[in-house]
Amino acid sequence: MASETVSAAPPRRLSNAYQNWYRFSRNPTAVIGAAIVILSILAAILAPWITPHPDHVGAVVNFRARHLSPSAEYWFGTDNVGRDIFTRVIFGLRISLLLALVVLGTAIPIGVTLGLLAGYFGGWVEIVIMRLTDVALAIPPLVMALAVAAVLSPDLINSMLAIAALWWTWHTRLIYSITRQLRTQEFVEAAETLGASKFHILFREILPNCVSALAVKTSLDCGFVILVGASLSFLGLGIQPPTPDLGTMVASGSAFLPDYWWESVLPGCAILFVALGFNLLGDGLRDLFDVQEVR
Amino acid sequence: MSAMLEIVRLSKHFPVRNGFGRQTGEVRAVDDVSFSIEKGKVYGLAGESGSGKSTIARMIMGLTRPTSGDILLDGRNITGDTGTRAYGRKVQMVFQNPGSSLNPRRTVGQSIAVPLDAHGHPRSDRTRRIVELLEMVQLPAEFASRYPHELSGGQKQRVAIARALAVVPQLIVLDEPTSALDVSVQAKVMDLLVDLGRQLELTFLFISHDLSLMRNFAQQVGVLYLGKIVETGPTATVFENPQHDYTRLLLASVPVISAEEAAMRPVIPLIDGEIPTAEQLLALRNAGGPDSQRIEQ
Repeated sequence: MASETVSAAPPRRLSNAYQNWYRFSRNPTAVIGAAIVILSILAAILAPWITPHPDHVGAVVNFRARHLSPSAEYWFGTDNVGRDIFTRVIFGLRISLLLALVVLGTAIPIGVTLGLLAGYFGGWVEIVIMRLTDVALAIPPLVMALAVAAVLSPDLINSMLAIAALWWTWHTRLIYSITRQLRTQEFVEAAETLGASKFHILFREILPNCVSALAVKTSLDCGFVILVGASLSFLGLGIQPPTPDLGTMVASGSAFLPDYWWESVLPGCAILFVALGFNLLGDGLRDLFDVQEVR
Repeated sequence: MSAMLEIVRLSKHFPVRNGFGRQTGEVRAVDDVSFSIEKGKVYGLAGESGSGKSTIARMIMGLTRPTSGDILLDGRNITGDTGTRAYGRKVQMVFQNPGSSLNPRRTVGQSIAVPLDAHGHPRSDRTRRIVELLEMVQLPAEFASRYPHELSGGQKQRVAIARALAVVPQLIVLDEPTSALDVSVQAKVMDLLVDLGRQLELTFLFISHDLSLMRNFAQQVGVLYLGKIVETGPTATVFENPQHDYTRLLLASVPVISAEEAAMRPVIPLIDGEIPTAEQLLALRNAGGPDSQRIEQ
C-alpha cells in the first residue's frame, strides 16, 4: 500500500497497555469471546430496562398467551403460563453470572494463596495442602452440590458454597506448579538476598508471573461454573421458581418437547452462548499469552 | 587494613542419594576453603563451571547453608544469621544473568524499590532515590517505568547493579556479572563497577572464569578447582608465575592476540588434538609421562 511508508523518525515507545490491546484486537477468537461476555454482562445488568416484559419475571399468569411460538412480540415465544421467554432468559443470565462471580470470587483467592504457599515453602506445607487438594479433586462438584442440597436445603446459596468448596483445588494445582518453577528462578533468589519479606516474594514477585495463566483459567472456568450451575438448577437444586434461571427453564420446558420446543431449546442456547463466550475468551487469552511467552 | 570478609575452612557437601533415598555418597562442592578480602579491595575467584564458585557465593548470601566453616563479615561471624536485615544491608549480590535476576513482570523502578522497602527506606524519598541510583549506573531516569524486556542485556545488568547498591552495602558479590553480556558491553560494565567501587569504597568478591577480566580488575585471586583453592596470591604473581597445573590450564585457555602474549602463556600438551581436561592433565603429570617435561616449562 502506498500509505505504508517507512518513517525515518525514531520509533515511539508504545505503552504496554496499548501493545497488549493491539495484540488482543488482532486475535479474532479473543475478540468474539470478549464481545459475547461483555454483551451478556451488560444484558444482565440492564435487564429491567432492555427487556420487553420485565414484569414477567415474577409469578405472572396469562393463560391466553401460553405456548405462543416466537414472534415479533415474544422473540423467544412464551412458556406454559404465558410469560415472555426472552425476558426470562435475560434475567436468567443474572443468576448464571452471579453464580460464576461468587464461586470464582471465593475459590480463586483461596486456591491461589494455598498454591503459592505449597509451591514456595515445600516440605510439610506442600504435603498437607497438596494431599488436601487431591482429596477435594476426587469429589465431582455436582455430587458435592447434591449432597449439600440434601443435607441443607436446595437453594442458590448452598449450591454456590458447594461448588466453591471444591473449585479452589484447580487454582491451587495451577499456581502450585507455576510457583514450583519460579521458586528457583534468580529473580526470586535476588528478592530473598535483598531482604524482601515472604509476603512480598509470594504476592509481588511470584503472583504477577501467574496472572496470564490465571486469567486464561478463570475465563474458561466461568463457562464451566455456569454449566455446572445450569445442571444443578435443571435438577431443581438451584434458585427456586418463580425467579427465572436458565437451567430451571430448560427443565420445565422439556415437559412440552417437541411441540413447544422454544421453551427449552432457546434457554439452552442462551447457556451455550454464554459458556461459549467465556471459552472463546479463555482460548484467545491463552493464544495471546503464549505469544508473549515466546517473545 | 582489616578484612571485610573472611572465609574460614568453609565446606559444603551435597549428599548423593539413590532411588530409595539412601545416602550413597556426597559431592564436595566446596571443600575446606579459606580466604579473606581486605576492605576496599577486589578478590577474584576463578575456576571452571562446577568448581564451587557459585556455591561459595550462595553461602555468603545465605541462600545455601554451609556444612561447616565460618563466614566472618567485618569481624563478625554471620554463619548463623545470614538473611537477617542488618546482614542484608552489608552484603549484596549481582547475579550472573540479568535476564533472569530481574522479575519480567515488574518495572525497573519496582525492582529497585524492593531493597529500599525491605530495609525501611522512607516511602516519600523512594522516587528520588531510584532516580539517584539509576544515575549512578548511568541510566536515564525514565527507565524506572520500563519493563526488563524493553532493555538490552547491559542495561539490565546496570539495573541489577543499581538494585544491589540501593541499601549502601559494603561488600558486593559479583557472580559472573558479565558472562551473559556481549564483549563490547562487558568492558563498560566492568568500568562502571570499578568507578562505583572507588566512589563508594566497596569491597568486591569477583567470581568469574574469565581470567583476562580478572587480571585487570582483581588485586588478589584464588583459583578454585573441584571445590578447593589450589592457588592464591596477588594477581600479578599468580598470573605470571602459576604454580598449579590447573591455573596453567586456565591461563592457556585465555585467547590472546599478540605474539608477546602468546609467548607468556603456559604450554599445555594436546591430547588427541584437543586441550585436555584438568583431570586428564593432572593424571598425565602424576603418571610422569613424556609430556610432563613440557608442562613444567
